[in-house]
Amino acid sequence: MKHSKPTERTKVKVVLPGDTVSLDVTTPGITLGPGLIQAGDSISCTKAGFLVRSGSIYWVENDQKRYIPETGEHVVGRISGKGGEFYRVDIGSAHQAILPFLAFENATKKNRPNLNIGDLIYARVALANKDMDPELQCLNPMNNKADGFGKLEGGMVLKCSLRYCQRLLTQETDICKLLGQVLQFEVSIGMNGRVWLSSDTIKHISLVYNVLKQAEALNNSECKALVNKLAV
Amino acid sequence: MVKELELSTNEKELIISGLKEGIRLDGRGIDDFRSLKITLGPEYGRSEVKLGDTKVLAKVSCEVARPYPDRPNEGMLTLNTELSPMAFAGLEPGRPSEEEVLVSRILEKAIKINRAVDVEGLCIVANELAWSIHVDVHFLDNDGNIIDAACIAAISALSHFRRPDVTVIGEDVTIHPVDQRNPVPLSIHHTPICVTFAFFENGDLWVVDPSLKEEQIRRGDMIIAINNHKEICVLSKAGGLPLEMLTIIQCSKLAASKVDWVREKIQDAIANAAEVEKRKTLREIIIDD
Repeated sequence: MKHSKPTERTKVKVVLPGDTVSLDVTTPGITLGPGLIQAGDSISCTKAGFLVRSGSIYWVENDQKRYIPETGEHVVGRISGKGGEFYRVDIGSAHQAILPFLAFENATKKNRPNLNIGDLIYARVALANKDMDPELQCLNPMNNKADGFGKLEGGMVLKCSLRYCQRLLTQETDICKLLGQVLQFEVSIGMNGRVWLSSDTIKHISLVYNVLKQAEALNNSECKALVNKLAV
Repeated sequence: MVKELELSTNEKELIISGLKEGIRLDGRGIDDFRSLKITLGPEYGRSEVKLGDTKVLAKVSCEVARPYPDRPNEGMLTLNTELSPMAFAGLEPGRPSEEEVLVSRILEKAIKINRAVDVEGLCIVANELAWSIHVDVHFLDNDGNIIDAACIAAISALSHFRRPDVTVIGEDVTIHPVDQRNPVPLSIHHTPICVTFAFFENGDLWVVDPSLKEEQIRRGDMIIAINNHKEICVLSKAGGLPLEMLTIIQCSKLAASKVDWVREKIQDAIANAAEVEKRKTLREIIIDD
């Protein structure tokens, strides 16, 4: 799924938890994103970071690593257990997610998916309720097809901040594109701070792993320099 | 508390097959350490060690205390290792974990039991007064091999530490404040440095300085501490795979060369810190004038 590029993002200021933000709640179309809560007429922050604005949408951005599941987001998870009707999946959230056997393409009561503990999967968060364990599915609800979801074969997982995953997806950090001009590789970016990557040889996998790891702290021109150094 | 994540099958397979080809995930060879950075100062006895992404801080402090009755002419050396959830996400707060006990035991064996620091020199008046030296080791970030990093931090902090000077005339003991008389370094007999090896599969595959991912899938480990006289001070092999004699000899030879490299780094750091200190005092003299 391609995420649409947000229009003109501006960093308003640095905020700390408990800070009140002087925004008018009555503004038509005003939307509060993660890190902001409304209490009566005032808006306060629950996270430390940058207050970011895009149009009339406001949210707080930081290099958080703890994943809070949100319906519709794509995640990379590791099968950590097996129940009678579902798998337990570790997606880096406070509670383990469940993945029902029936949430796969062409799955029936008889035709079960074959996954083992320790396997990696790419899935979509089907249900995220703060009082329940999150639920995953390995199919696209629009057409009931696998659409790239499912077991991930081979490769390596990079753990990074949630923000870096967003940057990779929106190509704000276009390291994937730059690196793709030098060598071939595959990535599945989860919104939960896990990036699965694979390539043809172990050497290439380790190279991609290290480049993506380093690029978290680099800006685009530095990324370009890094890839140029590799290309030579 | 969330338990420390286990690795996925994909990652395990990749690391093992990489090791078979002699490739490690971070690009180094199987007998390479990660980059090592030692920062000493600004105060005496403070050492910050960065071994790859593993980060350890050691701080040495001293106080005057009464020596133990059974060792009336010796000072005290205490090592304190603190594992916090900051670096170990799976840590259960409250009681010491197995890892914590292991780290503190190894450090104690390497530094205290081996008498790396001259404790007799810490005695001021027999049976009455002696210096008690504390080494506090804090783990700030864990990316594997915390033992080597902690050992390097503790040794470099002890070598860098200065205690206030003392004069004893008859019964009178004077402890000179640091600003009146130059503090004196501890006398250090030898400097044991730990080198950790991790073994995989059936023991044919091994690496030095394992990263966290490698530690999670290792099937055995061995820690060798060697001092500046090329003597093996500690060899710890706590369970895990049985090893061939040849492997142990091979590892100890490699450990000896790694220890030399680490010692050079420590000496560089000490020289650097001395240089900074010298410039600081020069500046102070100029300002005073």
